[in-house]
Amino acid sequence: MLPVLQLGPLALQMPGLMYLLGLWLGLDAAEKMATRRRESSETLYNLVITALIAGVLGARLGYAAQYPNAFLQSPASLLSLNPGLLDPFFGFAAALLAALVYGNRKRLSFWKTADALTPFFAVFMVGAALSHAASGQAFGAETDLPWGILLWGAKRHPSQFYELAAALLTLWGVTHLANRQNLRPGSLFLAFSSASASAALFLQAFRGDSALLPGGIRTEQLIAWLLLAAALFFLNRLYRPQNG
Amino acid sequence: MKPNRLPIASALLLVLGLVWIWLSAVPDGATTSGQIPAPQAGFLAPNFSLSTPQGDSITLSDLRGKVILLNIWATWCPPCRAEMPAMQNTYQALQERGFIVLAVNSTFQDTPAKIEPFLQEYGLTFPTLLDTNGDVTRLYQVQSLPTSFFIDKNGIIREVVVGGPMAEALLYSRVENLLNEAP
Repeated sequence: MLPVLQLGPLALQMPGLMYLLGLWLGLDAAEKMATRRRESSETLYNLVITALIAGVLGARLGYAAQYPNAFLQSPASLLSLNPGLLDPFFGFAAALLAALVYGNRKRLSFWKTADALTPFFAVFMVGAALSHAASGQAFGAETDLPWGILLWGAKRHPSQFYELAAALLTLWGVTHLANRQNLRPGSLFLAFSSASASAALFLQAFRGDSALLPGGIRTEQLIAWLLLAAALFFLNRLYRPQNG
Repeated sequence: MKPNRLPIASALLLVLGLVWIWLSAVPDGATTSGQIPAPQAGFLAPNFSLSTPQGDSITLSDLRGKVILLNIWATWCPPCRAEMPAMQNTYQALQERGFIVLAVNSTFQDTPAKIEPFLQEYGLTFPTLLDTNGDVTRLYQVQSLPTSFFIDKNGIIREVVVGGPMAEALLYSRVENLLNEAP
């Protein structure tokens, strides 16, 4: 684990840096694929930037709306650089809404755009796994297996590296699938979503930080299963015999 | 895969997923969450005793039942200095509801003579502790100053913030959340 990389007087926060690297390289990968497919990489870039800006604004305003007392006490905190003052749910909703509005105005096909963004998502997942590896978050359950790592007072599954391996494998799959010519629009995105949800469903079993429901059921696994079901539903609809 | 095999494969995958969820459910009492001391969210805050500049000793476990902000800092660190007023304001606003700041000065990498003037300059009224040998800095695996640990009423670390300065709204909202929880 390497939460901070000290370079002289500069302390680099590696977890945050890995997320930024994931965003940057992901956007680059999506632009390259768009160029290869003779689609507008500029439109794609503007779509992602619009969604990111809306996401950050939505996340901050969503957080402020939940804790008005805290921001009345210190209004300047609205402009703080602290990522802890961002609400992920509101951020995601605002980013999605902005992307849909932008896409609608530019008359972008939903499934083709989702496919074009898939390399971005796939690379970002690698960045997220590296971030977890750097911070030691998303840690594993205790184990006696020989490849267990000593972390947070116990020998644990190296869950961050399982996550990294799954993300790299999915990225490889996306790269491989993206080169195929006869795919229907939406296939790449839905295949990526199915693979990511399956990996999360499987690997969550080795995590030591799951939120538990009655009966010891892991919440994250249920969410992953629902996402997998949704992705498979749309994938099946896409390849229904009467459609093609 | 042939399209007509896709529905069968999908259904099989979903059934296998449900079986896996059931098989990997955590049995009652199998989790060690909150029992092992470690400097990470979800774990018991490692216990320590340190002295204030006035010579009084404070033990972390004696403060069980309070919401604690454990802040590890040094006088030479600019973000540590920058977040002190926000910590003081939050302490003043919420101390009567059971909130306390423990400002652990990483004394082994600081100049002891500068600590008292620093406290005076910023008008800090929360307890400051001297980590003379660096034991607590090492126990909490601090790699960068400041590092802050939000500890709930049960002594569990709920969040670790590496670096700073923390905004006042961040401090206030996090502490208020923890104060609103039942012990």
